[in-house]
Amino acid sequence: MLSKSQARLFFFGGTIVTFVIFIGLSWHSLSVEVPKKTHEENLTEQVIRGKVIWEENNCMGCHSIMGEGAYYAPELTKVVERRGEGYMKAVLMSKTPWSPRGRKMVAYGFSEEKANDLVAFFTWIGNTDLNGFPPKPDYKSTINSK
Amino acid sequence: MRYKSQKLAYWFFALSMLLLTLQIIYGFIMAFAHLGYDGLHAITPFNTARAVHTNLLVVWLLSGFMGAAYYIIPEEAEHEMVSVKLGFVQLISLAVVGVIAIIGYHFNYWEGRKFLEIPRPLDYLVVVNVLTFLGLILATLYKGKKRTTTSLVLTMGLVFAALLYLPGMIWFDNQTMDSFFRWWVVHLWVEGVWELIMGGILAFLLIKITGVDREVIEKWLYVIVGLTFISGVLGTGHHYYYIGTPKYWLIIGGIFSAMEPLAFLGMALFAIAMYRKGEKKHPNKIALSWTLGTAIVSFVGAGLLGLAHTLPQVNMYTHGTLVTAMHGHLAFWGAYGMIVLAIISYTLPNMTGRKLYDSNTGVLAFWLSNIGMLGMTVAFGVAGVAQVYLERKMGLDFGDVQKEIQVHFLILIICATMFTTGIGLFIYEFIRYGLPTDEALESSN
Repeated sequence: MLSKSQARLFFFGGTIVTFVIFIGLSWHSLSVEVPKKTHEENLTEQVIRGKVIWEENNCMGCHSIMGEGAYYAPELTKVVERRGEGYMKAVLMSKTPWSPRGRKMVAYGFSEEKANDLVAFFTWIGNTDLNGFPPKPDYKSTINSK
Repeated sequence: MRYKSQKLAYWFFALSMLLLTLQIIYGFIMAFAHLGYDGLHAITPFNTARAVHTNLLVVWLLSGFMGAAYYIIPEEAEHEMVSVKLGFVQLISLAVVGVIAIIGYHFNYWEGRKFLEIPRPLDYLVVVNVLTFLGLILATLYKGKKRTTTSLVLTMGLVFAALLYLPGMIWFDNQTMDSFFRWWVVHLWVEGVWELIMGGILAFLLIKITGVDREVIEKWLYVIVGLTFISGVLGTGHHYYYIGTPKYWLIIGGIFSAMEPLAFLGMALFAIAMYRKGEKKHPNKIALSWTLGTAIVSFVGAGLLGLAHTLPQVNMYTHGTLVTAMHGHLAFWGAYGMIVLAIISYTLPNMTGRKLYDSNTGVLAFWLSNIGMLGMTVAFGVAGVAQVYLERKMGLDFGDVQKEIQVHFLILIICATMFTTGIGLFIYEFIRYGLPTDEALESSN
């Protein structure tokens, strides 16, 4: 039967081994892979300003990017591809709450410059390699199709 | 209660209950907004309500953990807390930071990073606060006669929780890196060191309630927290599937996070086995219900419902949908909400000297809150799964899908009302116990 000291060894040993592997993989991910997959060379001043605006207004409190955030408003990873720059800027610069289907967004009324910063941020996000996320809808109708 | 300074715990628990009440109110604001009633949009838009709701959760749980530590450490170390005064200073500063943060969220004063919305200047105050807390706990342990495994595991959990807060304070230009380190805090807290805290509190409760030999309980405590870390540390990988990180995380995160339920299964089996093995029948049945309850519900909520969408093939579709809210609610409730209510239920009679644990109100509080939360979980689950199929598989627009699943939020609100009634009764009992008193010293175990 397992003794208390064996149990302690299991805890400390297991923790240290997995932690070392975790640190190693994290280091590899961040120093080698992430810069490539996120095209770090495209992180311009404008993109970074966009990220600051994204955070200062807690956009993640309603929306998600890379699937992370809240579930009250649309996923925005591919928003540039889906909606285009014109639509996005209209929403961002609107002085009254944008409310498609009645669900309101805070009326930020951003300046054109800030709206452009955010569009740059989303353009950068949209070009990152997220291992296939968000998935493409793959439903094929089997009824009434010939 | 054996030491006067253990009374300090009461005030942390009281703060905990107050913040829990506020958390529930903001939850209702969000549920009604989902249902289409967003009358408070101008004052409390969804993102404010959401930040307040999740941050209050973190703070009421932390306050509960700190209270638990202030009760458990003196008893385990057989030494009074080194300074009760500093403990009160720490309590008040925790409350002040919390209040400033919550008010700030109503005025766009935040950081906008999920769960870590507290603005940077306040982060430093949090650090000072937590250091004070840890200083008090460590100094008491150092001066104490005994260093038990239970107190060491609990303290280790608290120290690592403090250390892991730091990576969340670094600024990154790259969203992926930002997110990468944000999970070091959030995941390694919730699926790592918080489980150490939970395990420590659970072991203490089981030792007290079942009367099973400490050596047996503490041996299994090591096994369980061992399983937690072995699965949980590399299990962080399940947050690194789709955020711009390499593909090997799909395999590593998938395998190790699929093992995470083992720790919770171990915890549930362990609690039940100790209960059956125990010869001592402690009269505080309510504390026993919460203790066994937390072990079982955490296995279902954190373990099984986590497993339900942790595999990369599934998570590709459920990532960023209401399925996450489904898992989140029962996981936090089962693992951390209930353990705090368990330690409160056990300690209140000891600190106040009033043995009110035979009341039906307490039993009703347990069942209403649990059934209510299960109902909420099902409502989130149904809404989430429908969302996954309509939006991610069929490609319907986000807004159209939200209209389709709106009705589930009505069910959510009904269940949340039941949950709130249960919590209301728990708090009613809390108040009925009255204030802690030195007269309760040595009167119970």
